[in-house]
Amino acid sequence: MTGSVVQSVDNVALLPAYLAAGTAVLVLLADLLVARARVTVATAALGAVATAAGAVLVGAGDERRTFCVGVDCSYVFGGRAALVAVVVAVLTVGVLALSGPLLRAGRSPVGEYCFLLACSMTGGVVLGAAGDLITLIVAVETLTLPLYVLVGLRRGSLASAEAAVTFFVVSVVATTLTLLGAALLYAVTGGLHLDRIGTILADRPELLDLPLTTVAVALVVLGLAFKVAAVPFHAWAPATYDGAPLPVAAYLSTASKLGGVVALLAVVQRALPADVTGPVLAGLAVLTMTVGNLVALRQRRTVRLLAWSSVAQAGYILAPLGALALASGRTADARTAAYAAAVAYAVFFVVLELAAFAGVVALRPADADGGTIDDLRGAARRHPWRAAGLGLALVGLAGLPPGLAGLFAKITVVRSLLDGGAGWLAVVVALNAVVGLAYYLRLTATLWAAESDAVPAGAGAGDVGSPAVGSVVRSRTVGAVLAVTTAVAVVIGFAPQLLLDVAAR
Amino acid sequence: MSVGEFLLVAVLALPALGAVAVAAIRPDRAARVVGTVVAALTLLATLPLVARRDGTWFSYGPTAPAVRPWHRLDVPWVPGLDLRFHLGVDGISWPLVVLTALLTLLCCGYTLWRVPPGGSGRALVALLLVVEVGILGTFLALDLVLFFVFFEVVLLPMYAVIAGWGGPDRRRAARKFALYTLFGSVLLLVGVYVVVAAAGTADIVALTGGAGLSRGTQLVAFTLLALAFAVKSPLWPLHSWLPDAHSQAPTVGSVVLAGVLLKMGTYGLIRVAVGVAPEGARWAAPVLGVLAVAAIIVGSLVCLAQTELKRLIAYSSVGHMGFVLLGVATLTTTGIQAALIGNVAHGVITGLLFFLAGAVKDRTHTGELADLSGLRETAPRLAGLLGFAAVASLGLPGLAGFWGEAFAVVAAVEVGGPLWTTLAVLAAIGGALTAAYFLRLLRQVTHGRPSPAVDRLTPGLAGAELAAWAPLVLLALAVGLAPTLVLGVAESPVGALVEVLR
Repeated sequence: MTGSVVQSVDNVALLPAYLAAGTAVLVLLADLLVARARVTVATAALGAVATAAGAVLVGAGDERRTFCVGVDCSYVFGGRAALVAVVVAVLTVGVLALSGPLLRAGRSPVGEYCFLLACSMTGGVVLGAAGDLITLIVAVETLTLPLYVLVGLRRGSLASAEAAVTFFVVSVVATTLTLLGAALLYAVTGGLHLDRIGTILADRPELLDLPLTTVAVALVVLGLAFKVAAVPFHAWAPATYDGAPLPVAAYLSTASKLGGVVALLAVVQRALPADVTGPVLAGLAVLTMTVGNLVALRQRRTVRLLAWSSVAQAGYILAPLGALALASGRTADARTAAYAAAVAYAVFFVVLELAAFAGVVALRPADADGGTIDDLRGAARRHPWRAAGLGLALVGLAGLPPGLAGLFAKITVVRSLLDGGAGWLAVVVALNAVVGLAYYLRLTATLWAAESDAVPAGAGAGDVGSPAVGSVVRSRTVGAVLAVTTAVAVVIGFAPQLLLDVAAR
Repeated sequence: MSVGEFLLVAVLALPALGAVAVAAIRPDRAARVVGTVVAALTLLATLPLVARRDGTWFSYGPTAPAVRPWHRLDVPWVPGLDLRFHLGVDGISWPLVVLTALLTLLCCGYTLWRVPPGGSGRALVALLLVVEVGILGTFLALDLVLFFVFFEVVLLPMYAVIAGWGGPDRRRAARKFALYTLFGSVLLLVGVYVVVAAAGTADIVALTGGAGLSRGTQLVAFTLLALAFAVKSPLWPLHSWLPDAHSQAPTVGSVVLAGVLLKMGTYGLIRVAVGVAPEGARWAAPVLGVLAVAAIIVGSLVCLAQTELKRLIAYSSVGHMGFVLLGVATLTTTGIQAALIGNVAHGVITGLLFFLAGAVKDRTHTGELADLSGLRETAPRLAGLLGFAAVASLGLPGLAGFWGEAFAVVAAVEVGGPLWTTLAVLAAIGGALTAAYFLRLLRQVTHGRPSPAVDRLTPGLAGAELAAWAPLVLLALAVGLAPTLVLGVAESPVGALVEVLR
């Protein structure tokens, strides 16, 4: 047989994807055949751990490519793909652990919940390795599609259903835009592989003068900006986060956001011309962090505050890419530094964000939503360790010691911006950090505030009808997630070089 | 590891581990005792740093750098961010290091006797020790990025001290403190990386003197860095966080804030902003001088109108730090030496003043000057000490406050020219105003017929109070009579710094 008819497929490169997809299938079977919640969850968790291990194993070797046409490959499993796969798989384990109280409360079907989460993980694992626009978009959709259902999975919750519909409509529109952009790019360049498009656009600069090219680039970037919840395409995020069950909101703001960032990074780094995307991304970054921070200042509900703050954080993640707007930021060194900084910041962020959500879950009744900030008043007096974990995460998100991880994340961004000559953007990032501190500090201080002037504990907490209203369920798995994420945050806080090295691969 | 390296690590590790230990020990009193012992050990570790400095003096060749640390420790930490764990101590930083360790010890000792209401004593002591780590690290850091990291470490623990143990309006004051200070330190972050991106290194030793930075870079860097330090110092008109924070903070918080936290700003200005961007410093010196003198005049005038004891002392800091900044702005040997001794003197005297103001407020439950007349009649010792501290603060010759203020004015005259002469004259007038408001304070508080609040007082002072105040009284006298205690060690590093400024 000749290679032209049957492609040789590198199954080793695909191992993490197989493991992730296999997890989803196994979960479905376990739910059908064993039908015990504990087994189903354990299967999903084990599968996710295996996926992470597989990604580490494959990623430790050289870069592996498969599904190739000539030199262009649709699936490239290298250092960054491994990092993304590991992070997504680990986040899935974390979110599963956070879901313990929610699933035990019995208002979400366990089998479906775990299956959908595993499907979403599969999308995330493939996403990092995507080498062409179609694989990329399909992976992003595989990542998001199960989430529409997960967001609305809480039976009898109107907020949950509303959130799911908002999310669904916005997300579908965004995907359509990206697809249209991809189609137009194909029309202009005749290629779909990211590297090929990049080469063609670099070799034939006259293509850039076509209005069609500009429209195509803009559509792809803006469609993906929806996924990251960048302003002005952010309106879905706060409502969706607040309506979703807490663990799903945690997944949305970590794994799903990371997916959007990775997709955006892939097209910007490899396919699209930096001098077109640079100014767009710089503008998006400035808008996103400023609007996100300013609106977060006014929030009274915990998850809405976290949602708006994560919009702002998306701005910081995009900021290093904004350095591409300037010629001095487009030298090879500065570009590499900018991409590495964006990846590093994104990973710092998801660790701290997961810790923050774990803290909120740990301090709220089972099956409750995030509640208002006042519901958390004085939590540190009742649960000093959990509150300390949440406090550390929030301070880290604000970018201050003792949350050293967040401090180094900010430093990474500012450094890459100044190396790229974008001092003005660094100043914008810096000033935004001050605004950010104002609300993170308010939330953190509330944890340690005296309870005297607070509403009685339990009032206004969560959905009515839950047996656990007002009392925090002692869930070992939630505590474990909080402890592990806090430990990871502390470790990368003292040794950020570990992460910076991985991000630069 | 040499003795010097060991001491540098010990100075930071002792309070850091101490804070963990204090937080872990359950019995409140035992934890406070441990904290005090740790603070004492830290002070002991800072003292021998000054020894053997002459031995290493000549090991630097003829092309010696402008910063010549007596001891240094240099290990990589995060190469990806140009961050090295690079510590060192020299004559500019050593007096401040000792002052920090001393004031922290006194504050921890003070909490053995009295814990302000609001939270547990051990949490307060643990936070004080963390603040100490941050301040000592800032003074010891010889790497720009490390300097920034330690600069940030101080922020939240100090916020917690104010917000947890402060006065009735503590939340707002603490928030204001945190946001203002962070505003300063994010500018510091940008400034630091402007320098690092241009020079390719963050080593303060290598960077001092400009290190080939272009004029444009130096102007940008100096502007950012000076703004950052101006918030911390604070320099008028960025000072408005200070009165609120100082007057709402608990006594020990005010002492640390005024005594050493503000010095991070002036120290940073001398070591980082002026040292790294000398051309920027020369360019901005007139502006800095004008603002410093404005701070002196405005601070004194506001003080004349104050009716609350702690607020008055807080605003007096604005004026005193104005003299320090004026000294730095002259960029002369005399001026920078005046700034250094002014820093130390202000730390000692204002620390003492805040201790005394706290004692008055704890006894009378009021800080209104109108309700505090006649302290001399019922509490003569307290009144006497307050008189001593006030007189020291207004700059009576022979006490510590004199040298910094007098020589800042002298340095401005020495620079010459119409601008600096005018500034010197105005600063001298500000000095006279300082005397006016402190004498007004003394007249209102110590003299007259005892008010109802004062009438209840007993003359005695607690042993803990005497123990906390005596070292400060003695230091104010010692530095006043023998300024060479500070200037002796600072002479050659300042000389080397001014050398590269030319």
